[in-house]
Amino acid sequence: MHSILEILASEGRCTAEEIALRLGIDANAVEARIREYERNHVILGYHAVVNWHKADDQRLFAFIEVKASPERGLGFDRLAEHIAGFPEVHSVHLVSGTHDLNVVIQGRDFREVALFVAEKLAPLEQVQSTATSFVLKSYKVEGQLINTEGEDHRLAVTP
Amino acid sequence: MTTPRRPRIARNIADLPPSGIREFFDLVSTLENVISLGVGEPDFATPWHICDEVYDSLRRGRTQYTSNLGMIDLRREISRVLATRYGAEYDPENQIIVTVGVSEGLDVALRAVLNPGDEVIVPDPSFVAYGPSVKLAGGVAVPAPMTEADAFKLRPDVVRSRITDRTRALLIGFPNNPTGSVMTREELAEIARIAEEFDLLVLSDEIYDRLTYEGEHTCFATLPGMAERTILLNGFSKSYAMTGWRIGYACAPRDIIAAMVAIHSYTMMSAPTPAQIAATQALRHGEPDVERMRSQYDQRRRFLVQGLRDIGLGCFEPLGAFYVFPNITSTGLDSQTFARRLVQEEGVAVVPGPVFGASGEGYVRATYATSMDNLKEALTRLARFLGKRGTPY
Ligand SMILES: Cc1ncc(COP(=O)(O)O)c(C=O)c1O
Repeated sequence: MHSILEILASEGRCTAEEIALRLGIDANAVEARIREYERNHVILGYHAVVNWHKADDQRLFAFIEVKASPERGLGFDRLAEHIAGFPEVHSVHLVSGTHDLNVVIQGRDFREVALFVAEKLAPLEQVQSTATSFVLKSYKVEGQLINTEGEDHRLAVTP
Repeated sequence: MTTPRRPRIARNIADLPPSGIREFFDLVSTLENVISLGVGEPDFATPWHICDEVYDSLRRGRTQYTSNLGMIDLRREISRVLATRYGAEYDPENQIIVTVGVSEGLDVALRAVLNPGDEVIVPDPSFVAYGPSVKLAGGVAVPAPMTEADAFKLRPDVVRSRITDRTRALLIGFPNNPTGSVMTREELAEIARIAEEFDLLVLSDEIYDRLTYEGEHTCFATLPGMAERTILLNGFSKSYAMTGWRIGYACAPRDIIAAMVAIHSYTMMSAPTPAQIAATQALRHGEPDVERMRSQYDQRRRFLVQGLRDIGLGCFEPLGAFYVFPNITSTGLDSQTFARRLVQEEGVAVVPGPVFGASGEGYVRATYATSMDNLKEALTRLARFLGKRGTPY
């Protein structure tokens, strides 16, 4: 039944009825399953994948590599959840490698992001250091190529 | 200067029937904002890792001819895949030839086995190239009609009724283009018995083998006694979304492959090297891609069949390939008129059934190798078109 999730993960607007048709199963069953996913937070939300640059919106993304000290018994959970609470934070991941948390910030301009890091993130007690990389240009987001010409190169009628 | 007094085009070429696809393409090309369900190829691009492998090979200068049979690595992969998937045993050294698509494989196979006037029984409807390829090889194509009532399967009694003492071979292809029909192992076994009884060769075009949606594909050569009389044709165009690469293969008993290589080595030398590298990569690492595309086709297939039925067009349930073949007789129009008016009035291109043989009259072929959005829009337009025609639904 993961096929329902697979469809919704790439086509969030697909209706239960259409999913049922495509998978050859009952529409009520699909409806019920989706509600269950939502209730259990398997499905966290639905959104459009927007090319902000094309929308002429000046929003800016930055990746912050955060080095931090873990807490006994909690690891990085409390810090990560604290960081996640800020509305400027787009996503937070605990990662392996040279740093501990990877934080994606969304802001209006460089200044706003830099200030957020300086005033909110860096001063947190467990945070040892931060390194900020601003996104200059995106090529693929959430599985979608930015440069989708979307052109069909096929001839209109072929054998 | 004298004007030529004799016809310049060879008789057997001048006699080739005009391609219905070509005529229809010319019409569609003059129109704008057309949603085409008339395409016989995947809407996916070739999986990226396949292209990437070829970029790399070009950088490394792998741009030379290969063995006439094709690269041994590729033939080994073909052999491995056929053995593991179907239990079909082919020696990569002398029972497999890499061709420029099934198209060339078909041509070379027919030329290798037909003597002038030999008859080849061909299902009707079927892929547009079958009949002409038989003719170009000096043979005579004998259509064996398939009907919707029989789920567009080849009936043993129909095949028998077409056999004469000139019959040399059967040319079958399941899953079938244009109907999407498939035949079960038992049903094919009956065809195999006929081949045995009348000492016929069987050319089995299995290019849609990976695109079946219920049940297992049967590789014809694995039926009892058939390895010895089957020429298996397959390719990468459909399963791996590689139509433009022009690459396929044929597997057959040694003597037939030897005869095919003789032709191929003079007319083609070898299949394009980059395409052979792409095909090798596809067989080694393309399985998840096939599965991904197949699952998309399957969803669209269900959607389109139901959608057509909902707007009042009876539609046989296809179990393979990526076509539906709805019955349009309820509109009172013949297939040509239906297809022409549909594209002119509503901008939806489908292919008239008779392009694939006389038994296609009363049907049109529509592909679901296109986006869900296109399918939805096409159904909306089609419903409007049928409304205008006053079809009861
Ligand atoms: C049944 C069938 N056989 C063969 C072909 C041609 O395949 P290839 O691209 O390998 O020449 C097609 C393409 O439409 C087809 O539908």
